[in-house]
Amino acid sequence: MSNAWAIRVRGQVQGVGFRPFVWQLAREMGLAGQVLNDPEGVLIHLACADPARFVAALRDRAPPLAWVDAVELAPHVLDPVPADFSIAPSQGEGAETRITPDAATCPECCAEIAAPGRRQGYAFTNCTHCGPRYSILAGLPYDRARTSMAGFALCPACRAEYEDPGDRRFHAQPIACPECGPRLWLEGGDGAAVPGDPIARAAAMLRDGAILGVKGLGGFHLACDATAAPVLVRLRARKRRPAKPLAVMAPEALLADLAELTAADRALLRDPAAPVVLVPARAGRLPAEVAPGMTTLGVMLPYTPLHHLLLAAFGGPLVMTSANLSGAPQVIGNAEARAALAGIADALLLHDREILRRLDDSVERARPPAVLRRARGRVPGTLALPPGFEGCPQILGMGGQMKAAICLLKGGQAMLSQHLGDLDDARTAAEFDLARADMARLFEHRPQILAADPHPGYRATQAAEATARAHGLPLVAVHHHHAHLAACLGDALWPRDGGPVVGLILDGTGLGADGTIWGGEVLRGGYSDAERVAHLAPAPLAGGDRAAREPWRNALVRLDAAGLSDLADGLFADHPRAALRAAVAAGVNAPLSSSAGRLFDAVAACLGLCAEGQSYEGEAAMRLEALAEALPVGAADPYPMARAGAVLDPAPLFHALAADLGRGAAPGLIAARFHAGLAAALAAVARAEITAGRAVAVALSGGVFQNARLAAECMHGLSGLRVLRHARVPANDGGLAFGQVLVAASRHFDAREMRPESD
Amino acid sequence: MLRDTHVTLAHGGGGQAMRDLIEEVFTAVFAPPGMEDQARLEDPRLTVPGARLAMTTDGFVVTPIEFPGGDIGKIAVCGTINDLAVGGAEPLWLSAAFIIEEGCEVALLRRVVASMAAEAQAAGVRIVTGDTKVVGRGAADGLFVTTTGVGVIPPGRDLAAGRIRPGDVAIVNGPLGDHGAAILAARGDLALSTDLRSDCAALGHLMEAVLAAAPGVRAARDATRGGLAAALNEMAGAAGVGIEIDEAVLPLRAEVRGLCEILGLDPLYLANEGTLVLFVPPEEAPAALAAMQARPEGAGAAIIGRATETRPGRVEMQTLFGGRRIVDMLVGEQLPRIC
Ligand SMILES: [Fe+3]
Ligand SMILES: [Mg+2]
Ligand SMILES: [Zn+2]
Ligand SMILES: [Zn+2]
Repeated sequence: MSNAWAIRVRGQVQGVGFRPFVWQLAREMGLAGQVLNDPEGVLIHLACADPARFVAALRDRAPPLAWVDAVELAPHVLDPVPADFSIAPSQGEGAETRITPDAATCPECCAEIAAPGRRQGYAFTNCTHCGPRYSILAGLPYDRARTSMAGFALCPACRAEYEDPGDRRFHAQPIACPECGPRLWLEGGDGAAVPGDPIARAAAMLRDGAILGVKGLGGFHLACDATAAPVLVRLRARKRRPAKPLAVMAPEALLADLAELTAADRALLRDPAAPVVLVPARAGRLPAEVAPGMTTLGVMLPYTPLHHLLLAAFGGPLVMTSANLSGAPQVIGNAEARAALAGIADALLLHDREILRRLDDSVERARPPAVLRRARGRVPGTLALPPGFEGCPQILGMGGQMKAAICLLKGGQAMLSQHLGDLDDARTAAEFDLARADMARLFEHRPQILAADPHPGYRATQAAEATARAHGLPLVAVHHHHAHLAACLGDALWPRDGGPVVGLILDGTGLGADGTIWGGEVLRGGYSDAERVAHLAPAPLAGGDRAAREPWRNALVRLDAAGLSDLADGLFADHPRAALRAAVAAGVNAPLSSSAGRLFDAVAACLGLCAEGQSYEGEAAMRLEALAEALPVGAADPYPMARAGAVLDPAPLFHALAADLGRGAAPGLIAARFHAGLAAALAAVARAEITAGRAVAVALSGGVFQNARLAAECMHGLSGLRVLRHARVPANDGGLAFGQVLVAASRHFDAREMRPESD
Repeated sequence: MLRDTHVTLAHGGGGQAMRDLIEEVFTAVFAPPGMEDQARLEDPRLTVPGARLAMTTDGFVVTPIEFPGGDIGKIAVCGTINDLAVGGAEPLWLSAAFIIEEGCEVALLRRVVASMAAEAQAAGVRIVTGDTKVVGRGAADGLFVTTTGVGVIPPGRDLAAGRIRPGDVAIVNGPLGDHGAAILAARGDLALSTDLRSDCAALGHLMEAVLAAAPGVRAARDATRGGLAAALNEMAGAAGVGIEIDEAVLPLRAEVRGLCEILGLDPLYLANEGTLVLFVPPEEAPAALAAMQARPEGAGAAIIGRATETRPGRVEMQTLFGGRRIVDMLVGEQLPRIC
């Protein structure tokens, strides 16, 4: 006869203070029993007749970092019934193997460092509800001995907190205090420690216009006064980063003065992940040098005690930009910082808690929800899979060449790695290899299937081929734009049998199914397969990858194709047009591509935006998007595009644009009409597919959909239709690996379902 | 007596026309020893104990057949001499086989043959045997030339990529990509007017001079098809070392740089016909560099990098902007990768 309940809790319930929370809850309700961690999550044995109130509280009052996916109940026998409620030792192989992402300092800890007490002003304060996790993890199970806190022996006061289930620091592995924990110091350019309070001295230097290297949670930042134009100019010169927007960190009250924050923006800013959030800037509050040509601002809240203390002492907004140089991964070590930042930072704010895993700041947007870079605070959070992927094998997706990230499929969940950077750089490629080994070890991942892009020049693909050969594993080639589509479907939790979807997949370039370079695609299909329904009229990439750096090349070929060579001659009079035209005609390094990214570049160049060259990827398109803000969504008369069969020809668009230029139309109007025109043409194709019954929903993916304006215009054109969008996974190449594993898994299921029954 | 201005199928038919062509255009100029199909060769260097015979063969096709700085014949002589030279052999003899498309100008043929003879003489090499075939229109493109070279490696000399050790210094004898750029520019359809000339040159004498000054040279490669990138990747793979080069010190003519910028090409991948890269222990690097620079075909010589212990088999370049680029072997044609 059962006298108790076995309560199984699944989700992110380990290493987040869940057991002490259960312990406190049971005590509060006067219930006996026990709680423990096991490989499936948390298991509770509770002596009571009706657990309803208890179960409801498990969900409603769960600790801040916990995430309850499921609570399952089964009758249980407790014999004998214990006298009270206790926390029992973990059970089973692989218990406590779940790792939570790093989390921003919680309100209690913030209050603690601001008030008199033993942690007042202490830069490494944390508790079960906040602090470093993944960034300091050496191995599993997650306990202090296997983190970079291992060398810091707990003092008696901290130990008492650590062992008290009633304390918010119960089993908080990285806890510390000034007595026993990491130490902070400021180091001058000469390598000598600057005497005095490091926070106060650092703030004083920042006020004097210094650029500081600041060791943070997942890596170093370069910090400087966000309000001082000359300092920003110096930072840009030293970092050789002429125009790429810089992130700004400030307390929320200050941010509200710099940008227009909605409730959604504020909620995202306050998320424990503490991402950089893209928000509309208030004009004129910060120097243009923060984000030249942009109407948005990337902002974040302080997310470590060190940041809180530094900002409080400085008293204004700080630029906090990743300390990574020319394609190299972000600096994480003290010695590395001394060497790499020598010519850039005037001083270094250092500490002796090692960063074991490089995690850039995540970059997100709340309106509409989007993840542009997925890293600190989000990784290694798992991604739930859509219906139909239950019981899939372990699969490894290798991602693309740029914004590299790998994805592990295991146990019905996907684990998308942190953003690793562009693999053209040897240091990033080395980081990629390390991350693969690191994640395979941490998550005990032994893939049965590999999935990769078929582009032979991608380092990730080359690595996949080598791994497949070495281990005799099947390698599934997933075409670039199909992977984008699948990533979007999976992100939106679209069921595997949800029916065909038409995907508007817009990006720079990717190798297409016909061996040519794609990038402006309308696909139709699902997880297993997709076919090309329509695409932008191909134009030569004049100079190959060089065309991605110099927008004028794309304008030249598009204007020539539209019969507007005279306009091109006028706009680009000083450029080597004849040589480029001859190279295009002769087919010298001018592969045809239907790239949407290059179409944006072409239009931007016609408006004089970055025509000569972009100083960072997407600069021309981002500036074009910013210009379009001059008109509300849906207000501009769309430029026309021609459709002939599967080809969407932008020639009419350029004729209309030429006419607008000729009558001196405002650049903002031209930019808005372009966005509206492209969106309208694509939306019309999608709508036709659905009207004809060939698809049941529309998916939007590819890096171009980071353009919020284009996305909004597409939504406008697709009104009334079911539209699937990214929310947790980047629409850019950072999401490819997720799409790749889903395609591989889906085809695996297909093959199994095709196989005749055998016994 | 050869009266035709253009080659016809009759010139390959085995009759008098063929004899006239061979005697007037080829043997009169090359003057091979004996009049038989087989050259019988003697050289005192062959009989030195420990000497090794070296042999190589290459087929040459190039459009256009004549270009600034050379022609197909000059390349056919230099290319094969260089293949011998970078292996440490002293080139001695060449064979030359010609596949001639019907309609080829006899005057062109004469110029090509003259250029071969002159180049061979300057290099101290004799063209000792050969062959000609005439094929119908469309079966070949103007003129194809195949040369085979034989040389001698003196006793005790052993150049092999597998001998490269971490720390060894990489030296090139001159600017990169001149040949590839000149050929591109010489194609009429590109509408480019440049002063670019192919670097086409025989490097036998240069190698002998370097080996005399720096006998410890480990290995050399001529950076022909696939450019310096291919040569370095091959060497890194064969030696099991990493190779680091520095973009800032790569010798590159402004015209080549300019052409590459317009066309989006990478000079590391452009073909060369008179450019080699060699590895030498650091202590001998100054002597090797000086020996190169003392010769006209090495006037632009420069130290470009070194072999490393890290990342065996990989070539990396420190870029002008502080990046660290992986220099891959070209996989097929260069497909755009920027998404
Ligand atoms: Fe893409
Ligand atoms: Mg050969
Ligand atoms: Zn806390
Ligand atoms: Zn303590």
